[in-house]
Amino acid sequence: MSMGAPTATRSMDVAGPWTPRTARIANVKQEAPGIATYELVFEEERRAASYRFAPGQFNMLYLPGMGEAAISISSDPEKYGSFLHTVRVAGNVTQALSRKSAGDQILVRGPFGSAWPVEKCRGGDVVIACGGVGLAPLRPAIYQIINHRAQYGRVFLLYGARTPNDLLYADEYDAWRAAGIEVVITVDLGASEWTGHIGVVPVLFYRLRLNAPQTHVLTCGPEIMIRFVVFEALARKVKREQIHLSMERNMNCAMGFCGHCQLGPTFVCKDGPVFTYAQMEPYLHLEDL
Amino acid sequence: MSATNLPVGSFVRIAKPELQTLIDQLRAMGYRTIGPRLSQGAVIYDDVDSVEQLPRGWVDQQDGGFYRLQPQEDGAYFDYVVGPHSLKNFLFPPRETLLQLSREQDQWRLHAPAPPDPPLAVLGARACDLRALWVQDLVFVEVEFVDPAYQARRSNLFVAAVNCRRAAATCFCHSMKTGPAVVSGFDLALTEQDDHFVIETGSERGGEAVAACPWTPCTISEIEAARRAPRELERAMHQRAPRERQDLHKGPPLRSLDVTDLRELLLNNLEHPRWESVAQRCLACANCTMVCPTCFCSTVDEVTDLTGDQVRRERSWASCFTAEHSYMNSGTVRKSVRSRYRQWLTHKLATWIDQFGVSGCVGCGRCITWCPVGIDLTEEIAALRGTMP
Ligand SMILES: Cc1cc2nc3c(=O)[nH]c(=O)nc-3n(C[C@H](O)[C@H](O)[C@H](O)COP(=O)(O)OP(=O)(O)OC[C@H]3O[C@@H](n4cnc5c(N)ncnc54)[C@H](O)[C@@H]3O)c2cc1C
Ligand code: SF4
Ligand code: SF4
Ligand code: FES
Repeated sequence: MSMGAPTATRSMDVAGPWTPRTARIANVKQEAPGIATYELVFEEERRAASYRFAPGQFNMLYLPGMGEAAISISSDPEKYGSFLHTVRVAGNVTQALSRKSAGDQILVRGPFGSAWPVEKCRGGDVVIACGGVGLAPLRPAIYQIINHRAQYGRVFLLYGARTPNDLLYADEYDAWRAAGIEVVITVDLGASEWTGHIGVVPVLFYRLRLNAPQTHVLTCGPEIMIRFVVFEALARKVKREQIHLSMERNMNCAMGFCGHCQLGPTFVCKDGPVFTYAQMEPYLHLEDL
Repeated sequence: MSATNLPVGSFVRIAKPELQTLIDQLRAMGYRTIGPRLSQGAVIYDDVDSVEQLPRGWVDQQDGGFYRLQPQEDGAYFDYVVGPHSLKNFLFPPRETLLQLSREQDQWRLHAPAPPDPPLAVLGARACDLRALWVQDLVFVEVEFVDPAYQARRSNLFVAAVNCRRAAATCFCHSMKTGPAVVSGFDLALTEQDDHFVIETGSERGGEAVAACPWTPCTISEIEAARRAPRELERAMHQRAPRERQDLHKGPPLRSLDVTDLRELLLNNLEHPRWESVAQRCLACANCTMVCPTCFCSTVDEVTDLTGDQVRRERSWASCFTAEHSYMNSGTVRKSVRSRYRQWLTHKLATWIDQFGVSGCVGCGRCITWCPVGIDLTEEIAALRGTMP
């Protein structure tokens, strides 16, 4: 469709929550087939310095002409100046993003959404259970726990991917282990040289001895995996209020305007994406809701 | 008659032809005036600069999937009720540009969308329309994020509302407690009488607008008569017999909705067989969501020129009846028509209350009338309650 020249040029001070901010890609790191991590820096220096987010929140990444995609922030919330996004190629926007490289411009709205209750978990044990790109929104929580490691009891990371090649952030596991995280990795399909676990993430719960009253579970991944993680956590008497899930729905606005992300009475974009199982229980098990 | 402003809460009487003076005055005050107009056999909202353009002397017959206008002898200006348009068409337009961008040497520059629209004055909005406005305010303004374009249009809106003295068979504002009397949220509230309008002023600018008309103060009995008109209609609507005891051969069923524990009724019956039965009739055409004055779903699309250097972000109405609405690359969530109708009705009547503290339904009946197969939410609720076969 063609159109005329834009009217009223007020570059960069177009107010309102629909306005994205320009950012530069500082670095691109290939993580796995079809998955890369982008380091972004806001072009406006003041914004770059003042930008803060909480673990589990997301940005809307915008490529003009292609559209927006909701992508979790995957960096350390206590490191300022730049931030990371780990993106899997899924469709139009993510495909176009995968053709970008360092120095390219991209637009960003955010941060949006609720956060992992990392502070509330202090003094207790934490089980982080995730699959695939589901580790991306949990990495900020891992970093934050490591930054304040002494304030937590036992911390587990149960992580699974389809094959060993699909595992995210594999070069960091040793550092996480050294920092006191019990990292357990599993894959659906292991090649002959794979010596780790084979199977799905929820099964990794079988090995855990949990102190349920003081345990928080944080989970993100395919909805089916989330349901089984919840099942395993409940079976070990973890309280419904202490099981936290990050839900995914179509997102078009991230502000509660467009209606696409509704799940029962919630807007996943602003009431979530992180919910407690107590909040989600009535809706999680209904077909096609 | 006076040139000074009328205080808020005044009741004045103007002769019917003086409606033209009111329209002229609103235009002189800088408003774009819109009101009911005939278009393709229906009453819609469109620009009105002359009283001659109002659908004077027409009344509507409405039923499930049925709308017809008929002439009426008495030449009343406002005895039809609501048509397929609502104020949503103007405050949250079907399509609008949110943002424009242009690219120069791989740098994107952002531009404000087109200059703001002139302020709107609407003539002839009904009680249910005003309630629907407020319901949309709760979505776009009274929340964490404020939609700037909606807010700009809304804060400038002038409302000259009309008290209904007649309801369609599809109207059930009495059940939703949203009408037919206009009680708040107006600049002016008109009540049509045989040879004059009684006008109540609800704001200062309302007083300013009506002060320009040749008016006389109302007598107590004129005020009482004006107040009585919508109240009598409301009483008659409350006396509508339960659906199963209405004689269907004497005309369309007169709608009511039992709202007792409606939220719980819906949320406790998410697997009720009735959803499958309505899915067999529903075409998933999305008409109900388009005509509903409170439905707010939208999608933002990219519109680009041939070079890709000029981009517009355009928001248009969307509907939970489409497969795209709940699309994720892992698969559409609401695959069946059953799940989409269930989403629509439970959102409208139940989860809306969780989200915004009020029902999403104002009882205007538009979704009943404009459904091509005549699906009637009041009937679906009765079926879920087990009071209908
Ligand atoms: C809260 C949240 C956090 C997410 N975090 C990440 C992340 O860290 N890394 C990552 O790779 N992916 C993440 N996703 C998924 C990501 O949003 C989708 O893969 C992406 O929107 C697909 O866009 P596309 O244009 O490439 O695909 P298309 O199939 O072309 O999608 C078109 C449009 O549909 C919508 N859409 C499609 N799939 C999804 C989806 N799964 N979720 C939300 N909207 C969708 C988007 O508006 C998208 O622009 C997240 C999703 C949500 C809801
Ligand atoms: S629903 Fe009530 S207020 Fe709305 S048009 Fe019908 S009678 Fe009037
Ligand atoms: S659901 Fe139907 S009756 Fe209720 S406000 Fe919407 S269109 Fe009107
Ligand atoms: S993404 Fe638009 S309402 Fe949540």
